Amino acid sequence: MPTHNRPLSPHLQVYRLPLTALMSITHRITGIGLTIGTLLLTWWVTAAAYGVASFEQAQGFLGSWIGLLLLFGFSFALFFHLFNGVRHLFWDFGRYFELHETRRADIAVLVAAAALTVVVWVMALGG
Amino acid sequence: MSSKSHSLRSALGKARCLGSAKDGTHHWWLQRVTAIALIPLTIWFVASLIALAGHDYAAFMNWFGQPINATVMILFLAVAFHHAQLGMQVVIEDYVSSHGWRTAINLLVKFACYALAALSIISILTIALGA
Repeated sequence: MPTHNRPLSPHLQVYRLPLTALMSITHRITGIGLTIGTLLLTWWVTAAAYGVASFEQAQGFLGSWIGLLLLFGFSFALFFHLFNGVRHLFWDFGRYFELHETRRADIAVLVAAAALTVVVWVMALGG
Repeated sequence: MSSKSHSLRSALGKARCLGSAKDGTHHWWLQRVTAIALIPLTIWFVASLIALAGHDYAAFMNWFGQPINATVMILFLAVAFHHAQLGMQVVIEDYVSSHGWRTAINLLVKFACYALAALSIISILTIALGA
C-alpha cells in the first residue's frame, strides 16, 4: 500500500490555525476558566449567607485590582462562551458551515463579546 | 450495503443505537438542553450583577430575599454547574490519556461541581428564607 500522497494531519507547531479553530479552542479554554470562576461566585454568595463581615471581606477582594481583573476576565469569558455557544447551537442545526459564514460568525462573536463586556462594565461602574 | 455488511457492530448494538460509549446522545443532548436554558438565565444573572454593583450588603440580601430572584438564581446555579460538569468531562476525556487519571480527575471535578452547586444554592436559600 503506497504511503505517499496521503493527507497529513496538520501539526500544531507548523500549521497556522484558522480563526475558527482558535475560536473552538478558546470556547474550551473559556469553559474551563468559567468553571474555575464558579469558586469566586460560590464564595461571594456563601459569604453573604454567613453575614455582613464575611460578605464585606469577599467584596473587598472582588473590588481590589486583582479581583477586578479576575471579574473582567470572567465577564469576557462568559460573553464569549455565551455567543460562541449560540453559534454552536446553529451548527447543531446544520446551519452556517460554509467557510465565509464561519468567518463572519467568528468576527460577530468576537465583536459581540467585546462590546457586551464594555457595555456591562460601563453600566456596572457607572450605575 | 447488503445485510451481510462489513460492519463489526452486532444487530443488537445497531438496534440499541447507543454507540461505543454506551450512552448514545444522552450527554450531548443534556449539554444542549442546559446550554439553551443558560442563555436567558445568564442574561438575568448579568443584569442582577449590574443591579447589585456598587451596592451594599443590605441591597444584596434584599435582592435575593425576593422569591423570584432567589428562584432564578438557584436555577442559574443548578443549570450552570450541571453544564460545567458536562463540559469539563468532555475536555478531560479528550486530553487525559491515562485511563486511571482520566477517571480520577473526572470524579474529582464532578464531585467539586456538585459540592459547589449545593453550597451556593443553600446559601441563596438561607438568604431567601431568612429575609
